[in-house]
Amino acid sequence: MAETIAMPKLGFDMAEGTLVRWLKREGETVQKGEVLAEIETDKATVEVEASVAGTIRRLIVAERSTVPVGAPIAILGTPDEPIDVLPAGQAAAGEPAPRAASPAPAPATTPAVGTSPPAGGDPTASGNLTGGVRASPLAHRLASERGLDLKAIAGSGPAGRIVKKDVLGASLAPAVPSGPGETLPLTRLRSAIGRRMLASKQQIPHFYLSIDVDAERLADTREQLNSSQPEGSKLSINDFIVKASALALRDVPGLNASLAGDSILRHAQVNVGVAVAVEDGLLTVVVRDADTRPLLAIGQEIREMVGRARQGRVRPEDVEGSTFTVSNLGMFEIDHFIAIINPPEAAILAVGSLRATPVVRDGQLAPGLRLKVTLSADHRVTDGAEAARWLQALRSRLEHPLSLLL
Amino acid sequence: MAIITMREAISQALWEEMERDERVFILGEEVGVWGGTYAVTKGFFDRFGAERVRDTPIAEGVIIGAANGAAMAGLKPVAELMTINFAFMAMDQIVNHSAKLRAMFGGQFTVPIVIRAVSGGGRQLGATHSQTPDVIFAHFPGLKVIAPGTPHDAKGLLKAAIRGQDPVLFIEHATLYQTRGEVPEEEVLEPIGVSKVQRPGRDVTIVSYSKMLQVSLQAAERLAQEGIEAEVIDLRTLRPLDMEPVIESFKRTNRAVIAEEGWRSYGIGAEVSARIYEAALDYVDAPIQRVAQKEVPLPYNRELEQMALPQVEDVIQAVREVL
Repeated sequence: MAETIAMPKLGFDMAEGTLVRWLKREGETVQKGEVLAEIETDKATVEVEASVAGTIRRLIVAERSTVPVGAPIAILGTPDEPIDVLPAGQAAAGEPAPRAASPAPAPATTPAVGTSPPAGGDPTASGNLTGGVRASPLAHRLASERGLDLKAIAGSGPAGRIVKKDVLGASLAPAVPSGPGETLPLTRLRSAIGRRMLASKQQIPHFYLSIDVDAERLADTREQLNSSQPEGSKLSINDFIVKASALALRDVPGLNASLAGDSILRHAQVNVGVAVAVEDGLLTVVVRDADTRPLLAIGQEIREMVGRARQGRVRPEDVEGSTFTVSNLGMFEIDHFIAIINPPEAAILAVGSLRATPVVRDGQLAPGLRLKVTLSADHRVTDGAEAARWLQALRSRLEHPLSLLL
Repeated sequence: MAIITMREAISQALWEEMERDERVFILGEEVGVWGGTYAVTKGFFDRFGAERVRDTPIAEGVIIGAANGAAMAGLKPVAELMTINFAFMAMDQIVNHSAKLRAMFGGQFTVPIVIRAVSGGGRQLGATHSQTPDVIFAHFPGLKVIAPGTPHDAKGLLKAAIRGQDPVLFIEHATLYQTRGEVPEEEVLEPIGVSKVQRPGRDVTIVSYSKMLQVSLQAAERLAQEGIEAEVIDLRTLRPLDMEPVIESFKRTNRAVIAEEGWRSYGIGAEVSARIYEAALDYVDAPIQRVAQKEVPLPYNRELEQMALPQVEDVIQAVREVL
C-alpha cells in the first residue's frame, strides 16, 4: 500500500513550508527513518524522515516550492504497485507543484495554492487566501504602492482583515533612509519573528510585573551540584529557572493557558520554551513536561536542543508545543528587560543577570546576590493578582532551590 | 426661497409647463373633476379645461396607449397612474411601445410622454398597492426612470421630463407628498441622468433615492452626532444611471451602503454595488452593504408593515457594518 508523505505541521501557526532540498530521488529505496528532504519553515530548517520503508515512487513537490501544511510531497510504495492517482483523500489537499524531475523548478517565491485550514490561534494566519493574507482590495493596493508586505501587518477588520487604516498605520513607520548601504534580504525566520511579534504587541494587552529574587542560595546550590558534574554537563542558572517556572505553573495553572476564541484553554502539560539566539534570529526550543523532569535531564536536553538550533538543524519537536517561555539575557549582563509574549502563550518570563548588590538584611546593609525577573502576561487570560501569585511561587522555588531537586 | 411640499412642487411643475406649452396635456383616472387621487392636479380642470385635463376610464392600458398615440402625433401627454402597481396593467404599452417605438421605427417617431406613477409602501394599502417595483421599469432601455427625493428635484426633473423627447416614468413616493424643502421662485430645471450629493461626508458613502434618500439623510444626521460623517448621494434617475459622483465619493470613503425601499434581490443595491466593484475594486475596504425591504409581500398590519420596510435604524446598522 503506497504511503503519502505530507508537508509536516511543525508549530501551532505553521501554514506552509518550503521544500529546500530532496535528499533522495525517485526510484531509490529508503529505510524507515531515513531523511528524505529538508523543509524550511518560519522557524528553522528541519528534516523530513520516511515514515515507512519502501521505494520512492513520486516526488510531488519541486525543490524551492512552498506548499501548505498537509499537502502531499512524496509517495512511498513498492517498486511495482500502480500509483497513477494520489491516494484517496489526498487529491484535495493541494495542487501538486511541478515534479522535481522538471528541469526548471518552480521559483520559491510562488507559493502553491493553499487549501489547508488556517492554523489555530493566530487570526492573521490565513492559509487559503489569495496571496496568503486576508486584506481588503484597497489594502492590497495601498500596500503594493508603498512597498509594504501585508504579511507583516496586523489586520483590525472582521476576521482579522487588513483594511486601509492598518496599511496607513504601518506606512507611518519611518521611511528607510536612502543612500549607500547594504541591502539584506529578509530571511524567512526574520520575517516570521517580525510578523509574530508585531501581532503579539498589537493584539495582546500585555501587562508587566517585576521582582528581585534573592539568588544566594541558588548560586550556592548550583555551585555544589556543578562541582561533581563533568565539563559540558554543568547546570546553568537558566536550567534552574526553567524548572522553577514549570513548578510555579503547576502551582498557579492560570498562566499555563492560551486564549482560544471565546474560551481559555488551560494546558494539561507544562512545556517550557527557552528563547535561543541563533544566526539572524531567535528560536524557542521546548522542554516538554518540565514540571516532572529532573533538573539534570532538563539541562541536558536544553544543551542538545540549543546546539541543534545554532546549527540550523532543529527537529520539529524541538520547537513546537511550548505553553510558556523563558527568555534569559543574563549571560549578556543585562540587569533586566521586558519580553514580548510568544503567542498563543499567556505569559513570558524575562530574566536578567545575577548581580552582586548591597541589600538590607535585618536592618543592616550587607552584600547580596540578586536576580531581577519580569513577567509579561496577557490581560485577556489573567490579571495582576494571579500573575503576582505566580511570581511569589517562582520566588519561593528559586529562593529554596532544594525544592527544584525533589 | 420658498419652502413648499413635494405635492406643491410637482403641481407647480405641471402647471408651469402647461402654461408654457399648449401641447402638454394631462390624462388619467380622477385627474380632472376630482383633482387627482393625491390632489396633485387640484384646480387644473378649472384652469385648463376638459380638453387638456382628461379623465379616463379605469383602464391603464388605454391611458398609456392613448398617450403613446398622442405623443407620436405631436402632443406631449402627461399620464397619471394612480399607483405604479397599476402600471402592470399597462406593461405592454410601457415597455413594448413607449420604450421601443423610437428605436424600432428608426427615429421616424419620438414618444415624448411622461408617466407619473405613485410608488412605495407605508400607508397600509396592502401587498398589491404598496410595492416599490421601480427597478423593474429601470430594466428596459428606451425608458427613462426618474424618482426624486426632494421637492426641488421633483419640480426640476418633472419640467425637464416634460420638455424632453423621450418617454419617462416619473415615480412619486406615496409618503413623500408632505415632505417640505426649499424650491426657488424662479425657473427650476434639473438635468435627467445626473446623481447628486445631498449631504457631503468623508467616512462612508450612502447611495439612495426617493423615500430612502430622506431616510438616509436622517440616518446621516444621527451618525453625525457620533462623529461619523456620511456622504449621502441621491441617484434621482435610475435610468440612465449616473455613477460618477458615487464612484468619486467611494474612492474617498472606501465604504458604501446602498439603501432602497424595494426588495434586495436583483435590486438597485445589487446594480450599484456591482458597478462600484467593477469601477473601483482597488478602493474597496469593506464589503458593500445593502439595505432593502424584507423579502415578503408587504403586510397590511401597521407594525408588520413598518418592520418589513427599511428604517433609519437599518441604514445606521449597515453603516456600522461597513465601518
